[in-house]
Amino acid sequence: MSIYLNKDSKIIVQGMTGGMGSKHTTLMLDAGSNIVGGVNARKAGTSIELGGQDLPVFGSVKEAMTETGADVSVVFVPPAFTKDACLEAIDAGIGLLVVITEGVPVQDTAEVWSYLSGKQTRMIGPNCPGVITPGESLAGITPHTIAGKGPIGLVSKSGTLTYQMMYELKDFGFSTAIGIGGDPIVGTTHIDALEAFEADPDTEAIVMIGEIGGDAEERAAAYIKDHVTKPVVGYVAGFTAPEGKTMGHAGAIVSGSSGTAAAKKEALEAVGVKVGKTPSETADLMRKILGG
Amino acid sequence: MDLMEFQAKELFAKHGVKTTLGVVVTTPEEARDAAERIGPCVVKAQVKAGGRGKAGGVKLAKTPEEAFEHAGNILGMEIKGLRVNRVLVTPATPPVEEYYFSFLLDRANRQYLCIASVEGGVEIEEVAKTNPDAVKQIPVDPGTGVDADKARAIVAEAAFPAELADQAVAMVQALWAVFVEEDATLVEVNPLARLEGDVLEALDGKVSLDANAEFRHADHAAFEVTEETDPLEAEAKAKGLNYVKLDGQVGIIGNGAGLVMSTLDVVAYAGERHGGVKPANFLDIGGGANAQVMADGLDVILGDQQVKAVFVNVFGGITSCDEVANGIKGALEILGDQATKPLVVRLDGNNVEKGRAILDELNHPLVTQVDTMDGAADKAAELAGA
Repeated sequence: MSIYLNKDSKIIVQGMTGGMGSKHTTLMLDAGSNIVGGVNARKAGTSIELGGQDLPVFGSVKEAMTETGADVSVVFVPPAFTKDACLEAIDAGIGLLVVITEGVPVQDTAEVWSYLSGKQTRMIGPNCPGVITPGESLAGITPHTIAGKGPIGLVSKSGTLTYQMMYELKDFGFSTAIGIGGDPIVGTTHIDALEAFEADPDTEAIVMIGEIGGDAEERAAAYIKDHVTKPVVGYVAGFTAPEGKTMGHAGAIVSGSSGTAAAKKEALEAVGVKVGKTPSETADLMRKILGG
Repeated sequence: MDLMEFQAKELFAKHGVKTTLGVVVTTPEEARDAAERIGPCVVKAQVKAGGRGKAGGVKLAKTPEEAFEHAGNILGMEIKGLRVNRVLVTPATPPVEEYYFSFLLDRANRQYLCIASVEGGVEIEEVAKTNPDAVKQIPVDPGTGVDADKARAIVAEAAFPAELADQAVAMVQALWAVFVEEDATLVEVNPLARLEGDVLEALDGKVSLDANAEFRHADHAAFEVTEETDPLEAEAKAKGLNYVKLDGQVGIIGNGAGLVMSTLDVVAYAGERHGGVKPANFLDIGGGANAQVMADGLDVILGDQQVKAVFVNVFGGITSCDEVANGIKGALEILGDQATKPLVVRLDGNNVEKGRAILDELNHPLVTQVDTMDGAADKAAELAGA
């Protein structure tokens, strides 16, 4: 078991024919992902050879799903076109939409999120490394060679910290590791991932990595208190980062939190989550829990 | 990008928000000239920070001579670490009542929020604490936005005085246009003032624009104000680097914002063991760390007089470590004799063996390789503290 992604997932790539898309499609194939095609309206009907496979290019997500039975789409299209690519995939009824693209205007993401409401699609990202279920499938850009299968579920805002933490705990391995992205609005939150890991029988313990800004970690802490029985270890980056110059009063009124690493650590520790000061200390806390 | 008041008001005027632009000046003489034309006026420091009034950066001038005097005091003062280089001279229009209004991104609920209060003014945060019912938070669906009906609903919920309702509805729609058409993440009016004669006007304004949306707003580049920026930050920006100057001795280069932030923490902790040295900067070279990017990054960091040692911390995910190692090698070649400070390098991940081998072979006297993040941070702090 795993969450969101497994060996049966059939993946299409929106933007597969572009530079980023073709490079990472090849890497996803290396990771064992079942890539069944790509989408590019201008190249519909052609095919492209990547990683030794001949992959068909479809004119739309809907056509790709009808022809291949795809249930996952990974989006690499440029920021200016990301909103439309997402809306198309949601309209087609894709199950999992992983948006790798960095630099998407936040109002575009807000519109996509509003459109997604009440529909069946789960979105991860944007501006994220995606999701990997080691040994089974990769929908994103996480290097599949860092760590193998194991009992730890990992959720993180940051890409490179996901890699660092997987590396620190490669002796245990991971059920699934998700980078949810650092943008102000993302489709899958820490809380969503915690809920899924709690329900996943193959996940024994959870690592949650946060960053300064916003109050997602504080809200995750409240969720853990009421809903998570599995052990959770936390890490928050940015204890020594300079305080941002906040504008106006509106942000403070809404978040009710200063957004600092210390505030997040305090909120997590208050609900029994052990929080490491560094990635290696965090890994040691997990190691103790798993008895390594 | 956060805008100054006068820039925010330019956007307000563009979208039909009632406001008074005033005159932006950089010398006391110009402030006096402006006051001669305007009459009684307010001289307001223009910096990207709140609390300008409390810091003494907003003064009422009844005469041109007073405007001269106030501008002389305000220009050059520091507000929250920002030097005041310009003041806005604007007609003195004392409000009869002060309200608060904003549109902003509501990250937690993944939508927009309108915050409105008829008990507004500068103490809005205090009002929000002591009398939260007086501060209305009204969700706005990004899919449907604010049309005339929604604007009327907002005005009704905020309980603007009936005689101002029509003006308030127009104001709300115009502010919504600023928010959505300019790709803002915050549009705030505080105070939104009721002036003599029941006129509603935005007396102050704060706007934050989404940097990700710059590709569809070529005109936003004009809002960039570079003179406040640290010279090293300006140089880094010109080179397209994501760099923030800090007060410390260990230069930091890494890939990915999260890992770089984490590196700052690890170095700060290590510094506690080595005479209290601290990270000198934040520098995220992102995914493609070729020789030129690495050379540009090193160039900026070595230009920082405070820096005593540099820590390069890369986890090769997309980037492979051999590319990074070649980047360091190339950078040292490009910099030649200008590279004078020790470099501690920690490489991990994709193609790590190749990367380490390249640096081993280079055998540069300034480069030390350490294979863990903690160990490398300690070494860099030790070198910087020596």
